[in-house]
Amino acid sequence: MYTINNQLVNEVKETLTNKFGDAITCFEVVADMPQLTIRKDKITDVVDILLNTFGFSFLTDLCGVHYPESENELAVVYHLHNLAKNQRIRLKTFTKASDPSIPSITPLFSSANWMERETYDFYGIVFQGHPNLRRILNCDDMDYFPMRKEYALEDTTREDKDDTMFGR
Amino acid sequence: MINDNTFDQTADDVVKSEKFEYNTLNLGPTHPATHGIFQNVLTMDGEFIVDSEQTVGYIHRAFEKIAERRTFYQITPLTDRLNYCSAPINNMGWFMTVEKLLGIEIPKRIQYLRVIIMELSRIADHLVCNSVIGVDTGALTPFTYIFQAREWAYEVFEEISGARMTTHIGRIGGFERNFSQRAWDKIHLFMEKYPPMLKEFENLLMRNRIFMDRTIGVGSISAERALNYGFTGPNLRAAGVDYDVRVANPYSSYDEFDFAIPVGKSGDTYDRFMVRQEEMWQSLSIVRQAIEKLDKLDDKDTFRASVPEFVLPPKEKVYNNMEALIFHFKQIMGEVEIPKTEIYHSIEGANGELGFYLIADGNRTPYRLHFRRPCFIYYQAFPEMIKGSLLSDAIVTMSSLNVIAGELDA
Repeated sequence: MYTINNQLVNEVKETLTNKFGDAITCFEVVADMPQLTIRKDKITDVVDILLNTFGFSFLTDLCGVHYPESENELAVVYHLHNLAKNQRIRLKTFTKASDPSIPSITPLFSSANWMERETYDFYGIVFQGHPNLRRILNCDDMDYFPMRKEYALEDTTREDKDDTMFGR
Repeated sequence: MINDNTFDQTADDVVKSEKFEYNTLNLGPTHPATHGIFQNVLTMDGEFIVDSEQTVGYIHRAFEKIAERRTFYQITPLTDRLNYCSAPINNMGWFMTVEKLLGIEIPKRIQYLRVIIMELSRIADHLVCNSVIGVDTGALTPFTYIFQAREWAYEVFEEISGARMTTHIGRIGGFERNFSQRAWDKIHLFMEKYPPMLKEFENLLMRNRIFMDRTIGVGSISAERALNYGFTGPNLRAAGVDYDVRVANPYSSYDEFDFAIPVGKSGDTYDRFMVRQEEMWQSLSIVRQAIEKLDKLDDKDTFRASVPEFVLPPKEKVYNNMEALIFHFKQIMGEVEIPKTEIYHSIEGANGELGFYLIADGNRTPYRLHFRRPCFIYYQAFPEMIKGSLLSDAIVTMSSLNVIAGELDA
């Protein structure tokens, strides 16, 4: 389990809640990771403050999650790391599945470039301000977003597999 | 991806605007210099590279989607196939993530055994990378000779888990059985025969005039850019930042071991080679220390923590005994207590911080599993690293980054 630097985490919590008020909808510690839930229009500002004021200079991970039961179905999860004080933090934003868009943090972190492309490829979340938002791992002519929960694991659009002869 | 119009557009735009044309060279998906299948389209001004664009995803196997339909044990083969040169490290990282989720305490003996396996695997991966840097400069001899050392490491994995490359080594809570005497014999053989071979490998390449001319000052990246690009592992340490997950967030009792973290200065290819070379010596020292610590431990038998809900009962009992049959069924069908929470755990893989982001919702399969793959993240920096350099420099830079297609695409 990671140890939590309580002083740093409390400072972050105070500054962010004072500055953004109700854009921060939730601040909790899940397992060993402080986790913030942020409204999507403020995400770039929050990441900017974390990077420049609090020294979270490393973007460890950026990925998407699909919660079909929630009202805002698609989530993007960011993991940041303050290398100097060895503190990690997790940020979550949510957006609707019908028109998903979230501001891109590529101007702040160059590593977000491909990670946001992967999230777009898998979930269809459009990152506004991304320099080159197109599919990265799947083929370009794919017209659906495969990691969403409504799609089965096996590709139902395939015509070349004949399960009658080699069926599962 | 490259479609029918890509090259026309480039040529037209350029010819209209300037007097000369840039050349487009396709370092195509299958190329002897790329360690894996990924494409680089280089825009070149003669021999110098002006820009480049990557296409990855040729070996995308949808691991994250598959993982949503697999129980925790069934995900281990997927982790094998991430960085397939050092599969044991990926396996151990995954098991540690699950153990963190379930709150399982691992006894010391098992932690030391895991350290031995992980460090042997790190040595195997760095050997591939360093010898392949040599091959890309034309030096085929060190590559051929040092692979004998990798054979000895692979024999250890084969003795313990049954497989050489995609090992599925270990179990949730430890190992399937205690290391046999044959396994220990093979580990001792490796420890005895490997150091002279590594010394010989060093002599061939490290202070070789041609190698140094080919690699010093080539493909460098500054520490600030490397951090911004999310570099981790030997590539980041070669740029000057001493971030190693084994030291920052120690796991599996790495804080009890005494080892140094080699750090480079300029982040060029030679620094990456040297960092990996020194890391191999440090890994060797760690394995030696682990063997000593194991000798000093009183406990010589524990090979698995007590995790009854993840250990299948022996088959003789399952076929003859009703309780064992029911328990076997319960485990396979997933009627075990799994907490509903989110875990992020990372380990120091051979390429850097390999992270597992696991969202568990109480079912036997994860709700979401995301692999934080170091290769995928730092390969983005490649165009910036080779801008303005020669094509041959780009080849050497690419191999020194240790891009492994399995980890790039997952």
